[in-house]
Amino acid sequence: MTTTTAPQAPVRRVVGAGYTTAALQSAKRTVLQFFRTPQLLMLGTVQGALFLFMFRYIFGGAIRPGSAVDYVDFLVPGFLVTGILWLGMSAASGVADDAATGVHDRLRSLPIPRSAPMIGRSLADTALTLWGLLIATMLAFIVGFRPDTDIAAVALAVGLLVFATYSFMWVFITIGVISANAQSAQGTATLLIVPLAFVSASYVPADTLPGWMQPVANNQPFTIAANAVRSLLLGGAEDVGLEHSTGHWVALSLIWFTAILAVFASIAVARFARRR
Amino acid sequence: MTPIIEASSVVKRFGEVRALDGLELVARSGHITALLGPNGAGKTTFVRTVATLLQPDAGEIRVAGIDARAQPDRVRRAIGLAGQFASVEPAMTGLENLRMVGRLFGLSRREARVAATDVLDRLGLAHAGDRLLRTYSGGMRRRLDLGASLVGRPRLLLLDEPTTGLDPRGRIDLWDAIRDLVADGTDVLLTTQYLEEADQLAGHVVIIDHGRVIAAGTPDELKDRAGTNVLEVRPRRQGDLPAIEVALATIGTDAPQTDIGTQRVSVPVAGGDQLRDIVRLLDDRGIEADDIGLRRPTLDEVFLAVTGKPLDASDADSGHRTETTHAA
Repeated sequence: MTTTTAPQAPVRRVVGAGYTTAALQSAKRTVLQFFRTPQLLMLGTVQGALFLFMFRYIFGGAIRPGSAVDYVDFLVPGFLVTGILWLGMSAASGVADDAATGVHDRLRSLPIPRSAPMIGRSLADTALTLWGLLIATMLAFIVGFRPDTDIAAVALAVGLLVFATYSFMWVFITIGVISANAQSAQGTATLLIVPLAFVSASYVPADTLPGWMQPVANNQPFTIAANAVRSLLLGGAEDVGLEHSTGHWVALSLIWFTAILAVFASIAVARFARRR
Repeated sequence: MTPIIEASSVVKRFGEVRALDGLELVARSGHITALLGPNGAGKTTFVRTVATLLQPDAGEIRVAGIDARAQPDRVRRAIGLAGQFASVEPAMTGLENLRMVGRLFGLSRREARVAATDVLDRLGLAHAGDRLLRTYSGGMRRRLDLGASLVGRPRLLLLDEPTTGLDPRGRIDLWDAIRDLVADGTDVLLTTQYLEEADQLAGHVVIIDHGRVIAAGTPDELKDRAGTNVLEVRPRRQGDLPAIEVALATIGTDAPQTDIGTQRVSVPVAGGDQLRDIVRLLDDRGIEADDIGLRRPTLDEVFLAVTGKPLDASDADSGHRTETTHAA
């Protein structure tokens, strides 16, 4: 042990951090964790690129969007929307790991607002997912994506992606806080996102799916969001062969993701804060 | 003076298991209180209850006079918790970890930096402050975790099995660090399965089993409860163990115990002449001994005396159930 006596900090009343500080400190930890773990950083990017190349060049030749648009233009909006799932799912195992290794216990024993660590987590994981989506967008242009749109529509599409990401992050956080460990959280998240990503119009037009699957595919939130982003980026709903207007798909997406946000943020925060 | 912890009739159930079953405990300021017991005895559950992570089903807990049920926020301002895991962030440096916790305790950026540097100094980790935690050894990580619970200068530090999994060197370093804290005026409640640890650190030892206190006192008082001194013999040849048991039975106040693992037979004795007696007895019977000793009872023997079963056996039968069901 050290032999020098360090000067004692002046005795002060412990007040505990306010909401913003508590949330931002938690967020900072998650972000540092990501950028200082090269495996995490590489994995997300490489995985996204592989997926995009696979659909664009391997399956792409066999898929006909059935409208005036090229497959690559059809694919990219769906790819970005489902990117929320593939990139965001690491939040589930991250949260579960924090719960299993005592990080949540320490946070809950500190004099800070009970929901702040989870809010911080949701902000950080949203930022990280958006970072991944940004890289995916750049890759999309490299493989030939050429949107036909205007600034206002692009802004709306970006806003919609940000909101959907934040909203769905709470689903992953909820999975994290109710799972016993990182592996089971990862398993549950995978079980959820595979159908959401594939039983949808994200990668292929929904009318090419088996008939019994279509009602599910057509009405689940990721198809709706894909339709909205597609309409916004490719010149309108008619241009991509969709019924209803662009506004319809945007509004419906907002309703879906607002509901998801309300339900899962409440569950996650209550579950984190509870004293059993 | 108000006790730092006062627990009365605390009950906590997890399904069928009564993890705490009417636990009574008073911990006073100025020394370390050790909660000693086998796995599943309810140690972790009690610490989590004091730390306001769990709500007891019945009973009352006061920390420095504050009711933990009614005012958990005030309790949280008075405590620091270091759980069974080193719950610090491997991808952050030692200083970054401590500064973060300081900020969460409501310190300003500057205050947090000062407090983090101060704590690193006290724990002998100043040289490693700028290294990422993933480069720390297990012992250093545990010490930093202890540090994280100190940045807020808590009145009461809760340490749940702080040295589990550490090598002997790491354990001794951590013991030193914990002793220094108490010298500085921080009160400590620690749980341990190691009798030696309680003996080394604590001024007050509370032995619990099945969620109840079965004995409490200073280490010396507890040893007195086991009654008498213990005479211990290690034969040169393993085959002599039974013969020694027979010889010791004629001297002891209770039946001798043979520990195959350490090759020793021990028996409680009264009075002070037994050392000479046993030497003569073994000599007469032609048994050679490597080691003969008279010593104070260990807390193992205390546990045996109060519960009628050894610590290890209790470990095996109640298993990990209680303490792992809620660990997640």
